[in-house]
Amino acid sequence: MPTETTLPTLTKKDFQTDQEVRWCPGCGDYAILSAVQQVFPELGIPREKFVVVSGIGCSSRFPYYMNTFGFHSIHGRAPAVATGLKLSRPELEVWIATGDGDAMSIGGNHLIHTLRRNVGVKILMFNNRIYGLTKGQYSPTSELGKKTKSTPAGSVDYPFNPLSLALGAGATFVARSVDIFQAHLRDTLRRAAAHKGTAFVEIYQNCNIFNDKAFTYMTDKEAKDDNVLYLEHGKPLVYGKNKDKGIRMRGTEMEVVQLGDGVGPDDCVVWDESLDNPATAFLAAQLLPPHFPTALGVFRQVTQPAYEERVVEQMQQETGRLGLGKLDALLKAGDTWTVGGTRH
Amino acid sequence: MSTTVAEKERREISPEKLDEVVIRFAGDSGDGMQLTGSQFTNTSAMFGNDLSTLPDFPAEIRAPAGTLPGVSAFQVRIADYDIHTQGDAPDVLVAMNPAALKKELKDLKTNGIIIVNTDEFNARNFAKAGYASNPLEDHSLDKYRVFQAAVTTMTRRTLEGSGLESKSVERCKNMFALGMCYWLFSRPMENTITFLQRQFAKKPLLAEANIKVLKAGWNFCDITELFHDRYEIPAATLEPGLYRNITGNTALALGLIAASRRSGLPLFLGAYPITPASEVLHELSHFKNFGVTTFQAEDEIAAVCAAIGASFGGALGITASSGPGIALKSEAMNLAVMTELPLIVCDIQRGGPSTGLPTKTEQADLLQVMFGRNSDSPMPIVAAASPKDCFDIALEAVRIATKYMTPVTLLSDGYIANGSEPWKLPEVENLPDLRFEFRTDPVGFEAYARDPETLARPWAIPGTPGLEHRIGGLEKEDVTGNVSYDPANHEKMVHLRAEKVARIANDIPELEVHGDAEGELLVLGWGSTSGAINGAVTDARKQGLPVSRAHLRHLNPFPKNLGDVLARFRHVLIPEMNLGQLAMLVRARYLKDIITLSKVQGQPFARHEILNKIQQILESNAHAN
Ligand code: SF4
Repeated sequence: MPTETTLPTLTKKDFQTDQEVRWCPGCGDYAILSAVQQVFPELGIPREKFVVVSGIGCSSRFPYYMNTFGFHSIHGRAPAVATGLKLSRPELEVWIATGDGDAMSIGGNHLIHTLRRNVGVKILMFNNRIYGLTKGQYSPTSELGKKTKSTPAGSVDYPFNPLSLALGAGATFVARSVDIFQAHLRDTLRRAAAHKGTAFVEIYQNCNIFNDKAFTYMTDKEAKDDNVLYLEHGKPLVYGKNKDKGIRMRGTEMEVVQLGDGVGPDDCVVWDESLDNPATAFLAAQLLPPHFPTALGVFRQVTQPAYEERVVEQMQQETGRLGLGKLDALLKAGDTWTVGGTRH
Repeated sequence: MSTTVAEKERREISPEKLDEVVIRFAGDSGDGMQLTGSQFTNTSAMFGNDLSTLPDFPAEIRAPAGTLPGVSAFQVRIADYDIHTQGDAPDVLVAMNPAALKKELKDLKTNGIIIVNTDEFNARNFAKAGYASNPLEDHSLDKYRVFQAAVTTMTRRTLEGSGLESKSVERCKNMFALGMCYWLFSRPMENTITFLQRQFAKKPLLAEANIKVLKAGWNFCDITELFHDRYEIPAATLEPGLYRNITGNTALALGLIAASRRSGLPLFLGAYPITPASEVLHELSHFKNFGVTTFQAEDEIAAVCAAIGASFGGALGITASSGPGIALKSEAMNLAVMTELPLIVCDIQRGGPSTGLPTKTEQADLLQVMFGRNSDSPMPIVAAASPKDCFDIALEAVRIATKYMTPVTLLSDGYIANGSEPWKLPEVENLPDLRFEFRTDPVGFEAYARDPETLARPWAIPGTPGLEHRIGGLEKEDVTGNVSYDPANHEKMVHLRAEKVARIANDIPELEVHGDAEGELLVLGWGSTSGAINGAVTDARKQGLPVSRAHLRHLNPFPKNLGDVLARFRHVLIPEMNLGQLAMLVRARYLKDIITLSKVQGQPFARHEILNKIQQILESNAHAN
């Protein structure tokens, strides 16, 4: 194995490559790249330990622009490639860049199984609710009725809710942020980096070419405060320009309440991301416009051994039980007999 | 019980010596015929016979009992000389029910021995097997020697008062049949007794019951006058050494572990269960103390992608599957072609197309692994010739993959995967040295700079300071490995990838011709037909026929001298378990006309089938002269 160098202080520049970035001008991917390049040097990890793995799509060009080890694999398969890599080299810091088509459609199977196993990789899913690289077909997260190149009369299939899907698959870390909310995005990335096991981060990303303004209902200056709900561990779910709205439980559902008139923050749900039962996180993931604000932040963060830890542990146990394997003994195991060279 | 039979009551029959015998055990899939057959095999192996086996079981786990589709069979050929195949026609058929008799009888030699369990020969079972009348009484078996035994009844009697429930008692009846065969062929019982004690270590009652029934079967023959003759097959003259009996899939797993040890690369297997490749996953999952990681993936694609990810990380990435699974993997195999990472793709072929015949053998994936990927996608192919050859071919596949930085397909098939033969154990220090060094020097590092001789690019694994680089499925710029859409560069890279694989021909043994170096007829084979071809050509040459044979272990690239060898023969015959896939490749490459003998019945070639074809070709040749 290669030797480690002493850790120099890294900066954003150290994570930039000499490759010309080829996303469309104005694409939300630039903002995400910038946030990642700012967060990586803060993590205290030598640059050569980072590997960025991706599938296919606009988002999946990500590795080429990160001066780390990188693997631009095939459509939807990044989680599978990353799982093999992480299993063979658990000490590496493996991040996946993927999109809504790559992760939710062609790669849906690998995504849910990676989450189920809790492989120690970070999955950044750029959700622009459209196929960008193939020039504008609807995606599995496009809203019902979406008119696109492949659905001129409007799509007739229901979209996935990525966070609900991740929670359903047993994800131990689930979060959501937005490309242009840079501070929040960086915080979310830091939280993901600190998580052991799979971290799933949905990042709302504007595709200004094929699905422009998909998220302006919540990113516009005026709209923002009334349409975004920040989940903060231990704090009540309160939002609005004047912090005058909250989320309260009514029976088994969440509802929006106007604060004041005897209703205060104490009546609202106090956010707990560490609950074993993902039901509350699921409810928060279901908060959707137009009746609800969109929740951002960490929906769930629970601690479970990562898949690769269990694999390594089992390998050590077996080696302890059986001793380090000897090839000669292995070949000669079982029923053997000696032939002397002449007929018996 | 009958183990107390006094010595004086025993009949003294001195066994007649045979040089070989082929026995087929057949019964319901729940009757334990595979176990019975493999026990007979192991005992014979330990005794010193050469042998070859052919298990044949239904795709359904439990087809309806007593029906033809539910028949499970295991054929073993044992001999006192060096043999190559499982034998053409059985001399002995053990039929545990009418369906087994009906399904397997057609292959039995005239005057062959049939041993039947009469307890199962009743009207209900005749109906299920499609017999209009009792075959034991209607003279339809007159040209055979039929021996009847009430195996179930005697098993029950043997275990009276054993305290076992009747279902467990029933399940011991295969041991009665095995005991009978051990007596008939003068085999010792100790090996099976030890096996049963080990197998049922936690259930001593069952161990004891099975052993009792095994001995009862033996004693039944010893004391009754069921058989008038008894046989013996002396030990074979095998090369001196330490031997074990091995199936192809086990040999493959061991070969991969050996390759991991000899290369110093930790073994990573990504696999999804599929017949007949699952045993490779099962086997390897036992060897975690050899640093082996087995990953049972969510699907075939994840299995190969994980193996590629592991290779990128510096492990020996392997995936194992069969035709349908390989079809799913093809895009990822191409990713390994493009990223020039070592990867071993084991294809244990089975009958197709589509789901086809999962438990039956075929060798019809050659063109799939050769061409079944988009664009010009050169990938080396090696193929195992026999169960034990799976060990050596695994080492060879790894040698090529790591030396040339390329994915390699390793072909095996259901016949050699499940079949077995004695294997002379190699000395570890004589195995190929596959030691390998990763690139560590950042000075002058370029991800796609090539070794001038092999054209391999450097293996630069994550974690190595200064070697940070990106690879992927997009076309690479020569030397730097950066993404490039430049037309001239693309053409250059297509040629470089092809040239790299072509150069492997300089590094593999030349094709060896057995028999005359030139002449009338060459029988060329690949994969599991090796044994049948060897047998047929040996027989033909004994008859004085001018025929030679050669066997290809490397299918891409071919050995350098293949063209010369072909040119030295007037006719070339290629027997294949497909409609002529190797023939197509050879014809295209060397413009040599090829005679194809094809068989696609889910069963391996019988020696005589190839011999007949040889005779036919040489006869018409004689007429033509
Ligand atoms: S098509 Fe959309 S997602 Fe893709 S690079 Fe352009 S703006 Fe970004």
